[in-house]
Amino acid sequence: MGVERDTIEIADGVKQIPGTPVFITKFDKVINWARAGSMWPLTFGLACCAIEMMATGASHYDLDRFGIIFRASPRQADLIIVAGTVTKKMAPVVRRVYDQMPEPKYVVAMGSCACSGGVFRTYSVAQGCDQFLPVDVYIPGCPPRPEALLHGLLKLQEKIKKETKRWGFWR
Amino acid sequence: MQPLIELEKRQVGEEAWEEPFFLNMGPQHPSTHGVLRLRIELEGETIVNCEPVIGYLHRGIEKLAETLNPNQCILLSDRLDYISSVANNVAFALAFERLMKIEVPRRARLIRTIVSEMARLCSHLLWLATHALDIGAITVFLYCFREREWLLQIFEKICGARLTHGYVRVGGVRRDFTPEVVEELYEFVRVFPERILDYETLLDENRIWLKRTKGIGVVSPEKAIDLGLTGPSLRGSGVPYDVRKFRPYDAYDEVEFLVPTGKNGDTYDRYKVRMQEMRQSASIIKQCLDKLSETEGEPVLSEKAPDLLLPKMRKEVCPMLTPKGKVVFRTRKKEIIPKGEAFASIEAPKGELAVYVISDGTDTPWRLRIRTPSFVHISAIPYLAKGHMIADLVAIIGTLDIVLGDSDK
Repeated sequence: MGVERDTIEIADGVKQIPGTPVFITKFDKVINWARAGSMWPLTFGLACCAIEMMATGASHYDLDRFGIIFRASPRQADLIIVAGTVTKKMAPVVRRVYDQMPEPKYVVAMGSCACSGGVFRTYSVAQGCDQFLPVDVYIPGCPPRPEALLHGLLKLQEKIKKETKRWGFWR
Repeated sequence: MQPLIELEKRQVGEEAWEEPFFLNMGPQHPSTHGVLRLRIELEGETIVNCEPVIGYLHRGIEKLAETLNPNQCILLSDRLDYISSVANNVAFALAFERLMKIEVPRRARLIRTIVSEMARLCSHLLWLATHALDIGAITVFLYCFREREWLLQIFEKICGARLTHGYVRVGGVRRDFTPEVVEELYEFVRVFPERILDYETLLDENRIWLKRTKGIGVVSPEKAIDLGLTGPSLRGSGVPYDVRKFRPYDAYDEVEFLVPTGKNGDTYDRYKVRMQEMRQSASIIKQCLDKLSETEGEPVLSEKAPDLLLPKMRKEVCPMLTPKGKVVFRTRKKEIIPKGEAFASIEAPKGELAVYVISDGTDTPWRLRIRTPSFVHISAIPYLAKGHMIADLVAIIGTLDIVLGDSDK
């Protein structure tokens, strides 16, 4: 076909037919680009880390510039940031909130408590939220700095961009 | 919950046969300030009954503290009321100092007062931000976090941490202020009162704000005392109770400040009290900074302060007299923390925070009891919410300024 020969590569894996608004690329790439550019986390604070999460979303660090806007309902969210200590009483609730989210969904464990239980090695604390959730990114710290949270979210974006065929019925 | 009889009446006795409508609010709800769950019984949109369910953040801090030595306990206390960590540190340190009979140097006391007031500002700013956000004023949130971020940066210069500081230790504080910190604090207290005006112009005469806060959650002074409210929630009803005035700790007897009180005991008055308190805090910080220059070069840690890592057990050889009149030498366990009990209470930003320690002579406390303001305040929600609309519940939760880490421990 003549089309293949005439295209120019304008970005990695994206080709354009010169003089026309026609771009040729993979379906995966478009979808991952859209997903990575608009991760909407759930407003879900558990403990101390939630305050740092709020600080990250507020005026100084400003998550909005990465397309990350907090949503109050799990049904509109792509990402759950488990920010804080998950107790055994809270764990079923967290799982339920996660189950309510539509696919594709991602989990970020923020803080030592969500990663591994942290200092609270007691009778009432679940030792890490990976016991009941599939965690994508772990952010250690007690609490992690907003920069650390931003770094974790950027890592998640990188991860999303590498996904293949996570769309359609057969994903 | 009283409603069993009432329930029956409504189901059988009344013409309009109607079951009560139960609504579950939380634990995942953005405006309950954490993981508070409320079981609400509604009639239309009016709250008939409201039952708080807590314990979703119970981490066993009191039990965990029994395995840790005093300085480690203080690090745990950061995670209690995580919005004003240093205030908790001070309460724990005071209790242990009273137990060990340690006199804190004056410079350390002044520094503690400064950081406590900074914590109060942090807490009140966050309270104002979230309270206004819940009611619908989003702009205030962004303004408040600007100043809070500044405070956190100063905290970072003081002790290296933003939120969980662990700055106070038994017998003093960990590090002295650097001249840079003092300079920046001076700049902060110079600018901050003008910033409070910014928030007030946004809210004070805002019609929506007035409608949402005036006459909502009214508590009479007597009822407020009965409910066990403390801190700004009590002072909003007009009771001028402040631990800083009644039982001064640290350097609060050296500084001059007013205890602002409200009149009507509604949400708006409690808001006004907290705004006035922020001004007072700024003035306390300024007075302490002036006094800090007098104590330049003095130590910030008492000589009797225990090491950060205490030995588990210490044995000492001591002579003992037998009944026959012979002197024998026996080894016995040496007390690391003196045996006894101690109590300390401080004016935390949310209310009165009290710590009670019992020691049996080992390096860890035998029992540590924490009386947290949020726990008591949550128990006042059913009284305050009764008869209000469901939308006002959010304002009532906000005005009591509760933190679930503080309440569930």
